Amino acid sequence: MKILTVALNTFREAIRDRILYLLLFFAAICIAFSRFLALLTVGDRIKIVKDVGLASISLFGMLMAILIGTGLVYKEIDKKTIFTVIAKPIHRYQFLLGKYLGLVLTLLVMIVLMSLIFLVLIFVHTLTIEWKLLIAIFFIFIELCILTAVAILFSCFSTPILSSLYSLAFYLIGHLSWSMETLIKKVKPGIGKTLLQILYTFLPDLENFNFKTEVVHNLPLPSEIYLHSFLYGLFYSLFLLALAMIIFHRKDFV
Amino acid sequence: MSTVLDVNNLHKAFTTGFIPQKKKILKGITLKVEKGEIFGYLGPNGAGKTTTLKCILGIIFPDEGEIRLFGLPNTSLQAKEKIGFLPENPYFYEYLTAAEFLRFYAQLFGLSRETKEKKINHLLQLVGLERASTVQLRKFSRGMLQRIGLAQALINDPLLVFLDEPLGGLDPIGRKEMRDIILRLREEGKTVFLCSHILQDIEMVCDRVAIIVDGKILNQGKLQDLVSEKILFYEIVVSDVPASSFKGLGECLAEDGGRLLLKVTAEENIKEIMKIVLNQNGRIHSLTPRTATLEDLFVHLVRQR
Ligand SMILES: Nc1ncnc2c1ncn2[C@@H]1O[C@H](COP(=O)(O)OP(=O)(O)OP(=O)(O)O)[C@@H](O)[C@H]1O
Ligand SMILES: [Mg+2]
Repeated sequence: MKILTVALNTFREAIRDRILYLLLFFAAICIAFSRFLALLTVGDRIKIVKDVGLASISLFGMLMAILIGTGLVYKEIDKKTIFTVIAKPIHRYQFLLGKYLGLVLTLLVMIVLMSLIFLVLIFVHTLTIEWKLLIAIFFIFIELCILTAVAILFSCFSTPILSSLYSLAFYLIGHLSWSMETLIKKVKPGIGKTLLQILYTFLPDLENFNFKTEVVHNLPLPSEIYLHSFLYGLFYSLFLLALAMIIFHRKDFV
Repeated sequence: MSTVLDVNNLHKAFTTGFIPQKKKILKGITLKVEKGEIFGYLGPNGAGKTTTLKCILGIIFPDEGEIRLFGLPNTSLQAKEKIGFLPENPYFYEYLTAAEFLRFYAQLFGLSRETKEKKINHLLQLVGLERASTVQLRKFSRGMLQRIGLAQALINDPLLVFLDEPLGGLDPIGRKEMRDIILRLREEGKTVFLCSHILQDIEMVCDRVAIIVDGKILNQGKLQDLVSEKILFYEIVVSDVPASSFKGLGECLAEDGGRLLLKVTAEENIKEIMKIVLNQNGRIHSLTPRTATLEDLFVHLVRQR
């Protein structure tokens, strides 16, 4: 209940942030732009629209998560609004979870808006609603949940600019780490291989949430993969949030 | 009488600077606040008043020492249910309107919808902001923020209220209203912990004071006991008499437009001075006995350091 109160308040704060609308505006432009890009290409034009559209939703969702997420907790401490909240009967972890959920809620609303624009554009083109695209979008959202947790974790102990850089690094590593799998296969068994494997387990693998190609090209996928990705996202977020809570728990707000 | 706040041997150091250095801010604070009193926490700028409050409220963690609220550890939610807090510079969510802001805090206490709205209306009225209830806090003036801050501190009918510089930023009427509210809280049986560096504020309302200088409590007790009723000296204003006539009787503090301000320590000298003035056809404008004030005590303590 208290978590929900903080979440709704956070949502109210985030939704009144101008950056959000700026990003939403650019996302809309990018999605619409894909239509013109399609005109310039030969072949299956609708695939280009879908490709660019999904990529835009993913990119701008990421920017929203990082730019707003890194500021949220930091601002509370910097502007000292947290003082009166801490003096109220609420646990610190409840406060942090509330912040997290509020931001996730904000991102959900934004994703829904971008998807609407996207689906309408596709509908105008093909006169069908492509429900399959929603699978890809759902996993983009799961990825954003992880990114939000990262942003909040970093913003517990550093400034928004640094946190944004760290979060961006996390994002890039997350999308490149799958190549380590190939590397591990090539390395001879031994200590080196074990270390690489341990590292690989802890590094994020955000490609787990990338179903764009499969969805756009209608490739078949076993349903366990979806479940696996979903659980991976859930536990990775929980792991990051737990870390953030531990840091937050004994922090002096000065 | 029961103790509502018990602070025992509180120590806190901050690490600051590029090359980290420990700076001791609180050096063993011990104090007790009893139910139903207005407790004044007085000290010069930078003495550590706000730091003490932050420790009590769980915003920062002391390095050493123990804090109990109503016999409970200060971080327990049960204790926090019963307290209110007005921070020194009111920093609040600027994107919320006054009513939304109070609603948010009311929800943190889990007040039911009906009591919540009633309480919010009542508090907005109490602090004189009923007309600003739909204005965003970013458009509030400093004094208005102070008022909404007080409303926020009282949202849960707290038994113990912490006020850090409650009269800061208020106009004369606002100051009087704030003082009245503080006194009314005592009438309702509540306890008030009031931090200030302004003596008059404390002197006017507090039952008991603690004076903190440089992280240590130097004096603590009932206001009447700290400030003795004993007359220290008399101030006499006379005119039409040359200053030289009073040699040896009193000290001439100021001379302005033929008027002399004399400081007289011995009572028997007063008669002497009066005689001289009458003999020389001068005039006596005033004769004021000066007792020790909190200010004297304060200045004395701070100077000693
Ligand atoms: N975050 C911090 N890091 C380092 N030093 C600090 C920090 N916060 C406060 N201090 C120092 O602690 C001392 C006490 O500060 P505090 O805010 O408690 O004073 P105060 O008694 O409330 O003063 P005032 O009357 O001005 O409000 C000051 O010397 C201040 O410089
Ligand atoms: Mg202070």
